[in-house]
Amino acid sequence: MSIDFLISALVTIIGVSTPILLAATGELVVEKSGVLNLGVEGMMLIGAIAGFAVTNATFNPWAGLICAAAAGVLAASMFGVLVLTLGSNQVATGLALSIFGIGLSSLIGQAYEGTMNPPFGSIFPYELAHHPYGKVLFGHSPLVYFAFVMVFATSWFLNRTRAGLVLRAVGENDLSAHSIGYSVVGVRFAAIAFGGALAGLAGAYFSMVITPIWAQQLTAGRGWIALALVVFAGWRASRLIFGAYLFGFLMTLELYAKASGYHVMPSQFWASMPYLMAVVVLAVISARDRGGSYAPACLGRPFVPNG
Amino acid sequence: MAAGVPARLMLNGIAKRFPGVLANDNVSFSVAPGKIHALLGENGAGKSTLVKMIYGVMPPDAGSMSWNGAQVTVASPRAARKLGIGMVFQHFSLFEALSVLENIALGLDTRISQRDLEVEIRKVLDSYGLKLDPFRIVATLSVGERQRIEIVRALLLDPQLLIMDEPTSVLTPQEVEQLFETLRKLAAGGCSILYISHKLHEIVALCEAATILRAGKVVAECDPRRETSKSMAELMIGTKLMSITKAPGRTLGAPKLAVQDLSLPRRGDFGVALQDISFRVRAGEIFGIAGVAGNGQNELLEALSGEILSPMAGTIMLDAAALGQLGPEARRKAGLCAVPEERNGHAAVGEFSLADNAILTARGRLGLVRRGFINAAKARRYTEDIIKTFGVKAQGSGTLGGSLSGGNLQKFIMGREILQKPGVLVLSQPTWGVDAGAAAAIHQEIVDLAAAGSAVVVISQDLDELLSLCDTMVVINLGRLSRELTVGAVSIEDIGLLMGGVHGDPAATVHMTEVLHATAV
Amino acid sequence: MRLRFEKRVAPSQFMQVATPVASVLLTMVIGAILFEALGYDGPRAVKEIFLTPIIESYKWQDVATRAAPLILIGLGLSVGNRAKVWNIGAEGQYIIGALSGAGVAYGTQSAQGLWIIPLMILAGIVGGMAWAAIPALLKVRFQVNEILSSLMLTYVALQVLSYLITGPWKDPNGHNFPQTAPFTDAQLMPHTLFGTFIPPGLVVAFGLALVFWLVIAKTTFGYQIRVVGAAPQAARYGGFDAAQTVFLAMLIGGGTAGLAGIIEASSQSGQINLGFPSGYGFTAIIVSFLGRLHPVGVVIAGLLMAVSYVGGQVAQSAVHVPNATAGIFQATMLFLLLASDKLVRYRLRLVRAPAKPITAGASA
Repeated sequence: MSIDFLISALVTIIGVSTPILLAATGELVVEKSGVLNLGVEGMMLIGAIAGFAVTNATFNPWAGLICAAAAGVLAASMFGVLVLTLGSNQVATGLALSIFGIGLSSLIGQAYEGTMNPPFGSIFPYELAHHPYGKVLFGHSPLVYFAFVMVFATSWFLNRTRAGLVLRAVGENDLSAHSIGYSVVGVRFAAIAFGGALAGLAGAYFSMVITPIWAQQLTAGRGWIALALVVFAGWRASRLIFGAYLFGFLMTLELYAKASGYHVMPSQFWASMPYLMAVVVLAVISARDRGGSYAPACLGRPFVPNG
Repeated sequence: MAAGVPARLMLNGIAKRFPGVLANDNVSFSVAPGKIHALLGENGAGKSTLVKMIYGVMPPDAGSMSWNGAQVTVASPRAARKLGIGMVFQHFSLFEALSVLENIALGLDTRISQRDLEVEIRKVLDSYGLKLDPFRIVATLSVGERQRIEIVRALLLDPQLLIMDEPTSVLTPQEVEQLFETLRKLAAGGCSILYISHKLHEIVALCEAATILRAGKVVAECDPRRETSKSMAELMIGTKLMSITKAPGRTLGAPKLAVQDLSLPRRGDFGVALQDISFRVRAGEIFGIAGVAGNGQNELLEALSGEILSPMAGTIMLDAAALGQLGPEARRKAGLCAVPEERNGHAAVGEFSLADNAILTARGRLGLVRRGFINAAKARRYTEDIIKTFGVKAQGSGTLGGSLSGGNLQKFIMGREILQKPGVLVLSQPTWGVDAGAAAAIHQEIVDLAAAGSAVVVISQDLDELLSLCDTMVVINLGRLSRELTVGAVSIEDIGLLMGGVHGDPAATVHMTEVLHATAV
Repeated sequence: MRLRFEKRVAPSQFMQVATPVASVLLTMVIGAILFEALGYDGPRAVKEIFLTPIIESYKWQDVATRAAPLILIGLGLSVGNRAKVWNIGAEGQYIIGALSGAGVAYGTQSAQGLWIIPLMILAGIVGGMAWAAIPALLKVRFQVNEILSSLMLTYVALQVLSYLITGPWKDPNGHNFPQTAPFTDAQLMPHTLFGTFIPPGLVVAFGLALVFWLVIAKTTFGYQIRVVGAAPQAARYGGFDAAQTVFLAMLIGGGTAGLAGIIEASSQSGQINLGFPSGYGFTAIIVSFLGRLHPVGVVIAGLLMAVSYVGGQVAQSAVHVPNATAGIFQATMLFLLLASDKLVRYRLRLVRAPAKPITAGASA
């Protein structure tokens, strides 16, 4: 196995893991505040098409990214209003958001099918970005570095700032937080919006970096893996990176198996590896987590203030 | 009140209406500076609502408040705290997974570094002689310690008025005494205390003034030092108190329920292990299990009801039947019925109709289902029977459980079990959160059931209730039972010590309880 | 004056029925406006989507054919949802059920007899149940969130499908297309029954709806499902085994999905190819909610969803709206239903702002 092979494998893994990492970071914050948003897949797709369409129109990928994030926030806000103000069932609403996102992105994307944008690659100087070894560090789209930064920023925010403490408190005991005088709805809405922004950016990664050609449902279920990743990380930001790269590695295996014609196992086996692994990981984590002491206590329960 | 000194807090004509009920009606009274003032009333009289308005949680519909002589609107809890009003709620606003320090930080309005906060907290703990470790995770603390967090939160404000909402319902008698010491020190320093409770002997012991609420209105103002518990109780309830009629000189029959060496491991991180629980209840006997919440009462009830199975069948015997390995339905068929503490979601389902709730426990024993099909008509008749016999205020068997008041739902639940004529009935906190009228009715039903020959076990935090009902008592502490006590031959102090787990030094008791709690976790 | 939500004494029966109806009507209105804005003939599009399939009799068979699996799966899901079990993997169970039946077909290609189809159906049901048993066991033993586990397995099911029809079960006469061999006559159910427009799946669906209604309303098992979903602690107190109930509820969902899969394969497509997964497993989730988890509601909602599917195709050729519209309509109906759900338990009231006492400077 040559160095070149390793390098390009590493580059691929980093690339594939990034969107999951982004989406999972956003969802982690949302769940820490006590809300379960299953609409990640839908928000990613909405962000994907928004990013693609705007980049296509303006030839400015930064504008595309901003609009992808904004679109994610809008989609998440729909969810937020339903779940927080109207107290609707979080599971059903999240699912509806995913289905809606799939449909909406298909609808808008129909006009762009087959269109191609220039890929939003590295912004580092050409020599660094294409250096045979250096490209591991410098050859990535800005979103990759952004994802890393976000994980650490999120961990710092949650554990070392007062606002993060309040958010965690709201996720642990919303009634207590309300009694003390914090706005449970406000905190949760902000968390949901943040999750939407990151999910939108994660989706944009697919449509703007990986393959800047629009195709239906190009996120292929990665949003759901991001949700599993949050559970896998025990709701701790620092563990997200490990999990994201594990899944990224598994997904890369599939690509390489197909490409190298390695026929001992059928390609579908490799394709299902990430999903099977997700199930196994969920089982292991949940089995160890007796009494549910990792998950935020209010996760998924609606906030019903009395008096 | 000294002439010329304005009242610390004065309420004038405060009113608050909720759909269907006028919670507070033209309430006016005043609290003098540095005085401990009681707000008395039974459950549902409007005390909590009133106090929530004082603390700014909700606005009054009418009336005005004045603070140290000037009229004021308290728009939010934050505004209340700015004025100098601190409140210790009955239900704590704590975050179990976070530390004491983080919990207190969350309750503060000002930003302060964790290090500075720790210094402030230790200052407060020292000046009032309280013990608390700022870095413990709240979930590992006893209830008394958790209350201390709330108190420290309030004290850090340097309050001029401290509101305590039903503070002693979860404390041992020794912890109560300690709390009173702290409050007296506060009052001596000029802070007014508004003490909300329905525990009359405490108010007589602690307070210097009392306002009595009934059905939302102020019905009396008095000085508890000059009243008796009985006279205040009558003012609270509005009628002459009826004492429970127990047939004199009852003879108790043969042992009906025998629990032998019941031991169960701890459930989850925050449960309590049961250790070598043994007791016997005779036919016609009312057996009480006293104890502060969190000492294994729920585990014991579930072990008796069948929700948790015992390791050996013979651990629980009803007459000659070994029930230990049987589930709830089989135990009911054998004659053992149980009522858990939590009405909503455990003893009854709020979303279900009363008839459906009857099916929940009575279906096996009373044949409400046959070959897998529900006999709806029979269930309806049984439900109507319960409603009539036990005076449940409900419109019919189709009424939803959740629409009944606490007292009514509890009456229904009791009726549902008693009308099944169980040989053994196990009850947990049977009158918790229930108004005095319904509570008295429930107590009488328990006495009648025992008189008819059943064995009754009452698990309760309310010593008054146990002392008035039971023939024999034990105390549960950290999952163990004390020796048997005959009611009438033991003092409240002794019971309190047993609740704390140490025989002898009262001061050590409180401390010991916490240490035992901490190491037991 | 502000709007405020006030809790009702008891959930409003009227609203339970009115909210789904209103959601559908409102979706139509929103759809019309949305299409107008995008440059299509809005009202005509909505008419084609919702009305034409109901009015034009030549479309009834299409509607009925699509409604059958939606109702079947929706019924199974609604039982699970009542027990607060969220089976999102019905699509995977649908596929595995169809594959299980196809497996029987593969093994009986040269056989004859009336026993073949019932065996295929049985295999379909068992296959779907087995696929649902995995997340069910994980939930009951390890408290694994069934939403994620069942969904992951759907993606795995797609891979299993792909593998089988490109590998061991590939049609030898299929010009290397990824598909199974077409079912033999003994393995095919008729498209419709006795020359009417009604497919066999719909009859099964209606029959099952009746059975489910009876079971939920009148049997102890139905009570068990309801109480485990409403209050698991009370269920335990009442002597019900919550874990067993959850397990059975998921299996019921898987079984109906598998049943729908094999019926669809045997009576409609006649073989299995890459186009077989049609998303019914996901749409059925919406059907279950829109039908308020009630068998009668599920039937109506299933028919409605089928109408929107068929209508979507009609509108595509008539008004040139893209095909993805059906999904958006369905999601919008669900959104509106979820949004209006609060009205079942709460009443909306205009309240006067409370009289504020005179504020004259607070002393601190």
